[in-house]
Amino acid sequence: MAYLFQQILNALQLGSIYALIALGYTMVYGIMTMINFAHGDIFMVGAFLCFVAATVLGLPFIPALLLSMTGCALLGVVIERLAYKPLRNAPRVSAVITALGVGLVLEHLTLVFSPYPRHVPALWSSATWHVGGVTLSSLQALIIVLSVLLMVLLDWLVRRTMLGLAIRAISWDRTVAAIMGVPVDAVISLTFAIGAALGGAAGFLYALAYPVIDPYMGVIVGWKAFIAAVVGGIGNVRGAMLGGFILGAVEIMVAAFLPSTYRDLIAFALLFTLLILKPYGLLGQPRPQKV
Amino acid sequence: MNRHWIIGLLLLAGAGLSWAIPRYELLNPYLQATLMYLGINIILATSLNLINGYLGEFSVGHAGFMAVGAYVSAILTVMLIPVGAAIWRFPLAILAGGGAAALTGLVVAIPAFRTRGDYLAIVTLAFAMIVKSALENINAIGGPRGLLGIEGLSTMPWIFAWTVLSVWVIRNFVYSNPGRGVLAIREDEVAAELMGVNTRWVKIRAFMIASFFAGVAGGLFTHLLQFISPRIFDITKTTDILVMVYLGGVGSIGGSIMGASLFTVLQECLRPLGVWRMVIMPLLLILLMLFRPRGIMGLRDFPWFRPSVECPQRPPEIHHS
Repeated sequence: MAYLFQQILNALQLGSIYALIALGYTMVYGIMTMINFAHGDIFMVGAFLCFVAATVLGLPFIPALLLSMTGCALLGVVIERLAYKPLRNAPRVSAVITALGVGLVLEHLTLVFSPYPRHVPALWSSATWHVGGVTLSSLQALIIVLSVLLMVLLDWLVRRTMLGLAIRAISWDRTVAAIMGVPVDAVISLTFAIGAALGGAAGFLYALAYPVIDPYMGVIVGWKAFIAAVVGGIGNVRGAMLGGFILGAVEIMVAAFLPSTYRDLIAFALLFTLLILKPYGLLGQPRPQKV
Repeated sequence: MNRHWIIGLLLLAGAGLSWAIPRYELLNPYLQATLMYLGINIILATSLNLINGYLGEFSVGHAGFMAVGAYVSAILTVMLIPVGAAIWRFPLAILAGGGAAALTGLVVAIPAFRTRGDYLAIVTLAFAMIVKSALENINAIGGPRGLLGIEGLSTMPWIFAWTVLSVWVIRNFVYSNPGRGVLAIREDEVAAELMGVNTRWVKIRAFMIASFFAGVAGGLFTHLLQFISPRIFDITKTTDILVMVYLGGVGSIGGSIMGASLFTVLQECLRPLGVWRMVIMPLLLILLMLFRPRGIMGLRDFPWFRPSVECPQRPPEIHHS
């Protein structure tokens, strides 16, 4: 029983990181109907910024987190302006291919500057508590609490503020939103900034939890988070959180109770069947098809 | 002179060269290997173009089909088909690899009945990841360590023959009656259905043909590299094929051939730059997409790849909603 609780904690930790990344995918998709395949690599940049902050700059925890988040937000805005904005009226798929290209550039630029995997020093003096056979580290608690906090903040932002209203208006119909006076370009940039900042935070937390980082770490984690976003119903903010926690839970539980090499196999097979049964994800709705 | 003759002569010359080059060592082994990889890349790009360009889906699982073909044909030549089968051994293994890949293509085609676009993309992605991780878990074929001891059966004439065959089949399919159905689905699936296109059957065929040739390419690749491991067929491989297709131009067979050639040649030319090569290649792709969002060829094609009765005309504008 204690083992089960321990695994639930691990699942929450991994799931909250997936959910943070999935949010970036889903926000960009919601507003631009575009899969931002570079997002996994923005997550990777967040992890590397954490490394830089901890070693080169010697920053404490909070400033380092802020550095990762703002650095990634800036990166997201720059990428949007340079690579995606000119393609807004091009066929959708060229923007997707451009995003793949941007991701590759980020990976290999990082590889140029850091050809070896790096070890991130501990930024958080971690205490551990033992409660009835379950071990909880303060780092684990921090990751879960911080991610949930960010998610609640985002949910509030999207549902309750003017900015959220503008985001939802643009994702409903960009042209009409522009006619109604929504500053479309600025809102899209801000959406990218928010999504990338969440990705940066995820990278930061990931680097603290699993401290060996390399330039390709964003590829597989990014694709998995994207799958999580789709499982929840892409474009849906709460769906992305749900999808992230489901994916984290499936992975951890498979690794805990079956040979761990089956982890990816079973996780993806489950997602595959889920998508065949519910092609638009758990919370997503098919867009009405006009004839 | 009739253009059929020109094409025939060119093919004959190509076949002759593909036999003569390794026989008399007209090129050094490095260039020979590059040429052979080029042929395989052409097969991969044209077959992916059938799904991503002509059918208008976004498949990111091509490396998965390739892996199925690669493993099936390698297992056949290494373990099952006796060496005594001589000349039939290799083509049989490749055909079986393609056939197995085509069957798995069916698995991906069925979800395509219900969903399109990004959701289908994720189904193909999940499929590719399932294949990779299943291969990693089967110890009899080496698991994550990969399969060793594969003979170098892929020779230049074989690769030339398969490349020509796959381009020919896909080109004929695209301009056939069901091929028109493929284009109709790309333009508007509902309208195609209303006009009497059997969309399910057309999708099944397109997916199976594309995955068949991906499997063939996988088989050829294996017997050229003489080693395979599941890691070879990960997302990066799919990304490479996607880049070739979109570089050349979606919905254009000539474009795919051009994209595959450019990709292969650039990759070799930029090799002295080391890691920077991997920065420059995607940068070129981004610039190309910014200035020519439909790739080099766009929807156009060389007149050679069009049926002779068709009048030259402007390509129709496609509207992706």
